Amino acid sequence: MNKTINQKAWFFVIPVFVLVAFNAIIPLMTVVNYAFQETFGNNVFMWEGTRWFKQIMLSERFHASLGRQFLFTFIILFIQIPLGIAIALTMPKEGVGVPVCLVLMSMPLLIPWNVVGAMWNIFALPDIGFLGHSLNALGFDYNFTQQIGDAWFTTILMDVWHWTSLVVLLSYAGLQSIQPAYYQAAEIDGASRWAVFTKIELPKMKKVLTIAILLRFMDSFMIYTEPFVLTGGGPGNATAFLSIDLVKMALGQFDLGPAAAMSLIYFFIVLLVCWVFYTLMMRNEGNQ
Amino acid sequence: MKKAKWIVPTVYIIFLMLPIYWLLNMSFKTTTEIINTYTLWPQEFTLENYKTIFTDSTWYTGYLNSIYYVVMNTVISVAAALPAAYAFSRYKFLGDKHLFFWLLTNRMAPPAVFALPFFQFYSSVNLFDTHVAVALSHCLFNIPLAVWILEGFMSAVPKELDETAYVDGYSFWRFFFKIFIPTITAGIGITMFFCFMFSWVELLLAKTLTAVAAKPIAATMTRTASTSGYELGLLAAAGSLTIIPGAIVIYFVRNYIAKGFALGRV
Repeated sequence: MNKTINQKAWFFVIPVFVLVAFNAIIPLMTVVNYAFQETFGNNVFMWEGTRWFKQIMLSERFHASLGRQFLFTFIILFIQIPLGIAIALTMPKEGVGVPVCLVLMSMPLLIPWNVVGAMWNIFALPDIGFLGHSLNALGFDYNFTQQIGDAWFTTILMDVWHWTSLVVLLSYAGLQSIQPAYYQAAEIDGASRWAVFTKIELPKMKKVLTIAILLRFMDSFMIYTEPFVLTGGGPGNATAFLSIDLVKMALGQFDLGPAAAMSLIYFFIVLLVCWVFYTLMMRNEGNQ
Repeated sequence: MKKAKWIVPTVYIIFLMLPIYWLLNMSFKTTTEIINTYTLWPQEFTLENYKTIFTDSTWYTGYLNSIYYVVMNTVISVAAALPAAYAFSRYKFLGDKHLFFWLLTNRMAPPAVFALPFFQFYSSVNLFDTHVAVALSHCLFNIPLAVWILEGFMSAVPKELDETAYVDGYSFWRFFFKIFIPTITAGIGITMFFCFMFSWVELLLAKTLTAVAAKPIAATMTRTASTSGYELGLLAAAGSLTIIPGAIVIYFVRNYIAKGFALGRV
């Protein structure tokens, strides 16, 4: 759409700008304040320069939680994206099946996150949970509160349960927008199912898939509530992802300086990755 | 091949329903049954857990609080986002692209980063433990989201509509409310759905900003889990009830969901 230049449009944006700035800029300034200074309360601050940043960048604790975070995000992207596409491809395209599938599949998206954690906790308990009990009955030694591998398995399974539907819905919407003519042409040419997928469906889904990956990256990178309720970050620190570790540091130990420095580094990583995604996305949009 | 296609979504839906079933199953059991036996369905069916929730005010006010701030947030977000999204979809202005990206960065900000500063900030303006505080803090991620979705829908409306209305002598605001908003009701519906959803499921900020008066139901649940000796049945019942508002909302927008996602704006 060709847009007219109109500086008065700023007036329309002012309410949004004020509301978001009120929430984003002022609190963020507090974080910046803490990140560069030492405080003993009562609004007395001492300049610390980049000490907290150096401390965080060099601390093994931060490296460990950052490593866990990346590992977790990559695993769930690796599972959810292909699985979501596969489910979207096999979903019914018309009839009563469509609303049934859509409504049932959206259910996990609308459950409060700590209820998701609590639900999976109950579901996975080795003695009275369906998952835990079944796995133990099958001869696996399963206990997510004590064994690191099991804790990771449960957290990943929970995230797959929680968020794969988002990828499904997005891919499904992308598939719906393909004109039947494309499929007819493919049939006339005698294209294989695989060729239809790689040459027609995948390119048409590119835009929604970029958004799916972006959203899943962002949200899994700031995951807090679900693993906090499920495992509490344990056993030990095995599932303490960035947000869990950060809240522990800020509200638990009240190490405000390092916590603030960590917040800024954390935010910066998310921004950097998202900026790359966003630029790629907008470039795609421009090409079309 | 045609028949085999049903298997994948069916298996997936069963996988989705299992934990939900287990939660419901637990919620109808007595505490002794939960602790002492492993049963696939309740042996002594009881509604005791639900009764406790509906009669104990610490429980049911949790629901009211949650619904209160979620609705407030949805209204604020959509109302503020409507003119802004219109500006982004129709006009070029100084810094528009940067502003749009800046808005999106707030959708990307990890809430954990904001938990402590929000606590201090809202305490200092005397809004701690109020519904308004939670509703306003959720604007951080819901307003950018609302602007993003609405901008997608508004850009799909041809600009000729605006121009014809002006030629016909409509003032801007009359055009906006009488013609423009009715043409994008589907988009507004979907936006409200997503605002409702993200405000309803968020807990970290809602918990940090409340103590007693505005405590959300989800936070009431965490308290029960830690203090009164793990009453699983009660916890399961409370959890099951939190699924209901989402289920109702999703039923109403079921026909719009695919359309909303199709625009690629979530």
